[in-house]
Amino acid sequence: MRVFLACLLLWSSNAALGVVETYEFSDPNYELRYHQLVDELRCPKCQNQTISDSDAPIAKDLRRRLYEELEAGASDQEIVQGMVLRYGEFVRYKPAKTGVTLWLWLAPWFFLALGLIAWGVMARRKTATERPLSTRAREISALLEDSE
Amino acid sequence: MIPEYGLFALIMTFVTAIALTVVPMWGSWRGHSATMSSARPLAIVMFAFCLLSFLCLTYLFLTDDFSVVVVASNSNSLLPDFYKFSAVWGNHEGSMLLWVLVLAGWTLAVAIFSADLPKILLARVLSIMGIISVGFVGFSLLTSNPFARHLPSTPMDGSDLNPLLQDPGLIIHPPLLYMGYVGFSVAFAFAIAALMGGRLDAAWARWSRPWTNVAWGFLTLGIMLGSWWAYYELGWGGWWFWDPVENASFMPWLAGTALVHSLAVTEKRGVFKSWTVLLAIATFSLSLLGAFLVRSGVLTSVHAFATDPERGLYILVFLLIVVGGSLLLFALRAPAVNSEIRYSWLSRETLLLFNNVVFLVATLTILFGTLFPLLMDALGQGKYSVGPPYFNAVFIPLMALLVPAMGIGPFTRWRADSGARWTRPLMYSAVVSLLMALILPLLGGAMNVWVSLAVLLAVWIVLGLVTDIAIKRGNSGTWLSVLRRQTPSYWGMVIAHLGFAMTIISVVVVTQWNMEKDLRMVPGDTVTFGDYQFQFEGVEKVRGSNYDADEATFSAFYQSRLIAELKPQKRRYFASGQIMTEAAIDAGFTRDLYVALGEPLGADDAWSVRLHYKPLVRWMWIGATLIGFGAFITAFDKRYRRTRSVKELAPGVSHA
Amino acid sequence: MPRLWLFLPLLGFAVLAVLLFRGLSLDPTDIPSALVDQPMPAFESTLLGSGQRVTQEEFTGKPRLLNVWGTWCPTCIAEHPYLMDLAASGVIISGLNYKDEDELALSWLARLGDPYDMVIKDPEGDIGLNLGVYGAPETYVIDASGIIRYRHVGEVNSRVWNGALGQTYRALAAP
Repeated sequence: MRVFLACLLLWSSNAALGVVETYEFSDPNYELRYHQLVDELRCPKCQNQTISDSDAPIAKDLRRRLYEELEAGASDQEIVQGMVLRYGEFVRYKPAKTGVTLWLWLAPWFFLALGLIAWGVMARRKTATERPLSTRAREISALLEDSE
Repeated sequence: MIPEYGLFALIMTFVTAIALTVVPMWGSWRGHSATMSSARPLAIVMFAFCLLSFLCLTYLFLTDDFSVVVVASNSNSLLPDFYKFSAVWGNHEGSMLLWVLVLAGWTLAVAIFSADLPKILLARVLSIMGIISVGFVGFSLLTSNPFARHLPSTPMDGSDLNPLLQDPGLIIHPPLLYMGYVGFSVAFAFAIAALMGGRLDAAWARWSRPWTNVAWGFLTLGIMLGSWWAYYELGWGGWWFWDPVENASFMPWLAGTALVHSLAVTEKRGVFKSWTVLLAIATFSLSLLGAFLVRSGVLTSVHAFATDPERGLYILVFLLIVVGGSLLLFALRAPAVNSEIRYSWLSRETLLLFNNVVFLVATLTILFGTLFPLLMDALGQGKYSVGPPYFNAVFIPLMALLVPAMGIGPFTRWRADSGARWTRPLMYSAVVSLLMALILPLLGGAMNVWVSLAVLLAVWIVLGLVTDIAIKRGNSGTWLSVLRRQTPSYWGMVIAHLGFAMTIISVVVVTQWNMEKDLRMVPGDTVTFGDYQFQFEGVEKVRGSNYDADEATFSAFYQSRLIAELKPQKRRYFASGQIMTEAAIDAGFTRDLYVALGEPLGADDAWSVRLHYKPLVRWMWIGATLIGFGAFITAFDKRYRRTRSVKELAPGVSHA
Repeated sequence: MPRLWLFLPLLGFAVLAVLLFRGLSLDPTDIPSALVDQPMPAFESTLLGSGQRVTQEEFTGKPRLLNVWGTWCPTCIAEHPYLMDLAASGVIISGLNYKDEDELALSWLARLGDPYDMVIKDPEGDIGLNLGVYGAPETYVIDASGIIRYRHVGEVNSRVWNGALGQTYRALAAP
């Protein structure tokens, strides 16, 4: 079993080769959007790669489809939605800002808020009974710091 | 017979590890000195057996013993010798053995370099490292035996090492990473021992610090190497993908950064004790979690080893015992009563507390993002992916948040400071930073708000360090005399912070200003990137030791002057038949030129080609290397050296 | 700080451990079709062999399996005998010849047998792309109104047929 899995990995990692696609775009803007989108869409078959990096046939097809839809004038939103319709949310590396993945986008703010509140509370407690230092004490403190 | 010797040595490692866990710990509870003293010799013996086992496995690889399963699956007779050596850890079973060896090595190091540690503390620390060894050696023996054999049918030759791993990077990246991951077990062991003994004080922090800094330094270098290796090996010009396995190494690093700073505070001021202990537990727990994520198959990754839920279960149970146990101990024994030591709002303590908070928020964010797909799947909500667009968007602002504090931290006093002391130098810093932010980007070509921001932050950090020296100099003394007076601890901090500033600049500049073109070229074609030109000369067949390849030649010109010849290859490895791209890079301090071959396009000898111009990309890895070395330098500070000289000078004085 | 706060990390870890344990029995590579309970996507193509024009309308009338295959796919050869058995036992199987060539496909079927009531040509893979196919073999269950009910990725064998794939089909074919 392990040998089989190892072979599977050997085969599937074949896909990590840095693929070069030579599409001609009618508009340089399309090319920019292509490069951006191709890094945001996931290859459905591979072990965690964008359709840009993967050599798998499905990745090649998806790149071609992306190129065709850009040339046909679809917006980024429409293109991504089309992919999601066929392959599910799995295919986006940039999670939607709506639905359940909204929690994902809000989470860092939530953690940061918690962190800042905790910081404030802890620092406040420590500064609560502050006795002002005498000048002499301050000088000594400064000398001690200098030796670091 | 060698595989059996190796297995026997591994079993003996296991037995010794059990002894190391049980005997000194028992001795520490009974106060029995002789038993506690057994810790050091046991650690030495454990290391010896472990080394023997590892050497056996190495021998098997180097002599092409294909009757052993891991050798047959990961090596080949045509493989060059140094890759046969690194193939030892280029697979799950072998890498676990490397992990165990590194753990035994750190245990030995602690045993040897801790003469001035109280005996009871040393006994407990080594005992805890022993129990971790028991867990990992047990894992090897029960689920991942590297010495399993293919008898009676031995293959004629091996399946070869994955071509992506046939690279010097494999020789150093995993060992450095493991030195880091496993090194945090020392901080962990000190924390647990301190909780057990009820002695959580500045002395404990002083003992932990050099070990922790060095481990953190190794992890920094390991991650840096991984990033650099991916860049030049994989052919896509990227250096970080926020892949679950990459995140598994990054999370301990982030928690470790918080730990390194927190230990500084606990050592100098005796505060943050609970924080520091919790961070020590958290950092090592994240290392263990990383091992779980990488080897259990729970998350998909290009880096994952052959994964197996059975192995995952073992590691999970181990996690429950070690992490659960340590967090329970923390909840029961950590000081619930605050120390009476106070500090004001404007103090280094507050700033470092802020540092802790930001790094913890970053760790939690990345943890949540990495586990989100698993969470959704477990809740039956479907399959989701979380990738670089998300992580970049949330991580970078957090780091930016840190920098203002970094600029004033070095010269802010402990306990209490008044802004009046440094408002003037600070204003100079602010003005100069702003000016640099507005002017320097123009050097690169055009104005760019992100690059400006990055310059602002980086210069702010640098000027903070300069201001510190200026304040130390005061009105008298020369710059040189002030610099000479500073300790390794201080220099380590300066170098590490400078490295961080370099990394910020590099990441932003490369992301904003890199130029990339994928196109079809025939021999004779040229492409222009600003002042650089690439000319495609042609392709020819070449042969390596275990592959043959199409090698292209590109001439690179800078303002019409020939500066480099780049030779990218498309290789086919004999043993596996795998095809691999080998990019050609002209590395430079200010920029990299990068060429990779795609596919032959049929007529006219045409090939699809990818060309990159990457400004300042090296600064990222140079910066990270500085961070690592900064960490190493701090360990040389004389306050961590043995105090024997004091004892000799003043006999009869007992040392605390 | 009160002792209770110190239990928070332990609690957090406990939640994490439960999640990880649950994760051990999940397969992150198993991606269900996004088109379950959606109608078969519109397409226009021709049949292999007869060259007759065909659209998604063909998929109404009775429940069937749609098997995506290609001569380049080794697993398709492995599952083929089982498909022959299923067809012989009355299961209706239509084929989608994915990214393949006519002559190769026809000679392959002639050599190994033809379990399909019809084979739709998809040489460029466009129909497959609209279906959410990412590799062969894949087998879809489509009901009598042309709605996709289930997708199985990989080889169809007796274990799979006793599992969700077969159960879905049998539930539709029964009444």
